[in-house]
Amino acid sequence: MSLSLNKNPMPEQEPKIRAKNFSEVSLGYTEELAKAEAARCLQCKTAPCRKGCPVQIDIPAFIKEIKEGNMDEAIAKIKEVNSLPAVCGRVCPQEEQCEKYCVLAKRGEAVGIGRLERYVADTARNKGEEIIAIDYAPDAQKVAVIGSGPAGLAVAGDLAKKGYKVTIFEALHLPGGVLMYGIPEFRLPKDEVVQVEINNLRKLGVEIVVNAVIGSTFTVDELMEEEGFDAVFIGTGAGLPYFMGVPGENLNGVYSANEFLTRCNLMKAYRFPECGTPIHVGKKVAVVGGGNVAMDGARTALRLGADRSYIVYRRSEAELPARLEEIHHAKEEGIDFQFLTAPTAVIGNKEGWVTGLQCVRMELGEPDASGRRRPIEIPNSEFVLEVDTVIIAIGQGPNPLVQSTTKGLETNKKGNIAAHEETGVTSKPGVFAGGDIVTGAATVILAMGAGKKAAAAIDSYLQEKKAKQ
Amino acid sequence: MYKILVKQQLAPSVQLFEVEAPLIAKKAKPGQFVILRVNDHGERIPLTIADFNREKGSVTLIFQEVGASTLELGRLQQGEFLLDLVGPLGKPTHIEKFGTVVCVGGGIGIAPVYPIARGLKEAGNEVISIIGARSEEILIYEEEMAAVSDQLIITTDDGSKGIKALVTQPLKELLDSDKTISLVVAIGPVIMMKFVAETTRPYGVPTVVSLNPIMVDGTGMCGGCRVSVGQENKFACVDGPEFDAHKVDFESLMARQRMYKPHEKQHSEHIAGKREEGCKCHSH
Ligand SMILES: Cc1cc2nc3c(=O)[nH]c(=O)nc-3n(C[C@H](O)[C@H](O)[C@H](O)COP(=O)(O)OP(=O)(O)OC[C@H]3O[C@@H](n4cnc5c(N)ncnc54)[C@H](O)[C@@H]3O)c2cc1C
Ligand SMILES: Cc1cc2nc3c(=O)[nH]c(=O)nc-3n(C[C@H](O)[C@H](O)[C@H](O)COP(=O)(O)OP(=O)(O)OC[C@H]3O[C@@H](n4cnc5c(N)ncnc54)[C@H](O)[C@@H]3O)c2cc1C
Ligand code: SF4
Ligand code: SF4
Ligand code: FES
Repeated sequence: MSLSLNKNPMPEQEPKIRAKNFSEVSLGYTEELAKAEAARCLQCKTAPCRKGCPVQIDIPAFIKEIKEGNMDEAIAKIKEVNSLPAVCGRVCPQEEQCEKYCVLAKRGEAVGIGRLERYVADTARNKGEEIIAIDYAPDAQKVAVIGSGPAGLAVAGDLAKKGYKVTIFEALHLPGGVLMYGIPEFRLPKDEVVQVEINNLRKLGVEIVVNAVIGSTFTVDELMEEEGFDAVFIGTGAGLPYFMGVPGENLNGVYSANEFLTRCNLMKAYRFPECGTPIHVGKKVAVVGGGNVAMDGARTALRLGADRSYIVYRRSEAELPARLEEIHHAKEEGIDFQFLTAPTAVIGNKEGWVTGLQCVRMELGEPDASGRRRPIEIPNSEFVLEVDTVIIAIGQGPNPLVQSTTKGLETNKKGNIAAHEETGVTSKPGVFAGGDIVTGAATVILAMGAGKKAAAAIDSYLQEKKAKQ
Repeated sequence: MYKILVKQQLAPSVQLFEVEAPLIAKKAKPGQFVILRVNDHGERIPLTIADFNREKGSVTLIFQEVGASTLELGRLQQGEFLLDLVGPLGKPTHIEKFGTVVCVGGGIGIAPVYPIARGLKEAGNEVISIIGARSEEILIYEEEMAAVSDQLIITTDDGSKGIKALVTQPLKELLDSDKTISLVVAIGPVIMMKFVAETTRPYGVPTVVSLNPIMVDGTGMCGGCRVSVGQENKFACVDGPEFDAHKVDFESLMARQRMYKPHEKQHSEHIAGKREEGCKCHSH
């Protein structure tokens, strides 16, 4: 049997049409496509693909179940280690992870592992998963989870299944972290995917308290000393937006990507005025940065009605840190990439509104500490990009609220919580941490993986604690 | 869900809500605020905690109906619920014994200045308060302010009550008198706070203002509330809302507050329309 060197294409909305709506871009494999794609997998004994997956899903095993039409077995295989496959299948940077190591990638395209994972998860969800509520022991120990992003959700799921009473505290009015407020609807549906997963956790018996800012409504010490929690997991993410520090950044029309995306995703500003939160888009939008966040900002701006949406990135296309698929989709939708371009000032009018982004052109020099070639300014290359909105997507840092209100919790130079990589153990007894708050902005699957490891460590810690009592 | 225990009209388009929120009441300190949502379609609205009752487990919010969201809020009745309420947010006012302090409240800003005046009084300060409004009928919290102040000065723009002047006039007289003023706290419209800052600046009297830029999350995540203070960008929701008045760039704050002017009108019209046709989408 000769197999295709290429992946079975993903059915998608037409670029012209989708650039004007918020429905999901990729429609998902049909059964036929999924089987055909599963047939490409060689079922390698050594399964090199697994080592690229941060949670080491048994990839050949679940693909084999698809081939044989055993969908219940397929989802069970995945869920052994990944509780959010519908999310990861959609947003993992597969070309850097599992698919990078697939043997087929040597000669053609890797097996569409992410697409198959998504297919399995969507099929299971559409069928309706039966969730059996946990019957807690009367003396079940209590765990508090701070933050409801992928890290917190993973910890909560794993510990609940082990019989611990878990309460998640979330500062916003909806749980999900970046999955709700950051990643747009057209990449990750909120009601159909994210909230379904979260509701499954609730059905399992996890309590979710929204509108609770830890460090203010409660401190970590209060949770442990007054509220009776035996352990605490901190998964507060990398929520603090960085600005460029160039003149004009406070002009009207300049947003952090966090604000722009939160208004749109969490607050549903794309349905203004039916939903009360407004958003300003204008005719021409410049997004500064080159990661997933930048792609999301630029593509959201198009969907909100911008005629022109630029990505302004100081390195070249090869260095773009975003997922390949997002770059590809962005190009198809007509995003205008300005590579080797760095902003030097935001220009405004008398009334305080943005009228342009002043930039310089760059060229690549010697590799820097990160191994990437460093961009160097080309003299006298200034120009002004005429825009009425600027979105800054140059990264996020740790929000200091929990760290600054918790006694004995050590942080590193950047303000991230210092935690052991394999266990999430922090300098404070009974307190664990993981996800972006420890690593800095990373990925969904890494945050989940950290959550899983911490859940295992919390389990041992609590067993020991109980034995001592 | 957060129950509205008491609803009271304080002045035309100024309402007081006492809301059941035991966790927030337990922690609230003068100078802090909450963010609420009326319903599923609603904006996140920041309001200062004007008072709190730890025994009863309630917080008091006082708000002016200025646009669509606050109008919707004002339509809620006693016994009904707010969908979301989060807090206490922001840094509390720094309270200690300073000596003689002047608390200035303008318009709706009298509400947030009240718990601060009370806190300063309890800490043993001599509290002189100046409260001002356009006219007598929209002056709020006069009795409350009188109860926590050693001296209360009232100003109105039209002279219908107290002195016919802006709050800065009696403030300047106090600064010129032989009293040593150790601190001025001013909350009100941005333009008022700006003029208070200009009034105290030549005297070098430390002056604190509470800023109200447009906010979304209130936790330091969006940066929408950034204000320029002493050439540095600060997030009002976590670094403030109170700042050294002499360092605040009031001009850029005023410009930023105008960001959604066209949207505000559109939103108001939408809400008004919905109301006429019997409000379907906002009824849950
Ligand atoms: C726009 C955008 C696009 C992205 N795209 C991708 C992608 O395609 N693929 C990918 O793998 N990764 C992507 N990422 C990165 C990924 O989303 C994050 O790495 C991941 O969500 C981190 O998970 P977390 O659980 O550590 O934190 P978060 O998801 O950030 O969740 C933290 C939660 O904690 C809450 N919180 C914070 N402080 C407190 C407090 N004091 N009290 C209570 N709650 C608190 C926050 O409100 C938030 O809900 C993207 C990120 C963004 C912003
Ligand atoms: C920390 C803080 C404390 C506040 N305390 C009080 C208070 O105790 N009582 C009170 O009456 N008002 C208070 N405000 C202002 C109040 O939040 C706004 O009046 C309200 O959000 C207006 O919404 P609207 O839709 O009714 O009006 P709109 O028509 O939308 O706007 C009217 C004006 O309100 C401001 N505004 C609009 N949206 C927001 C927003 N999301 N955040 C902040 N300001 C906004 C803008 O300057 C705008 O021009 C406070 C604001 C902040 C930031
Ligand atoms: S979780 Fe992510 S990395 Fe792992 S197999 Fe799935 S798509 Fe690949
Ligand atoms: S490396 Fe590729 S072909 Fe081999 S088992 Fe993994 S997915 Fe299948
Ligand atoms: S309101 Fe978002 S950072 Fe302050």
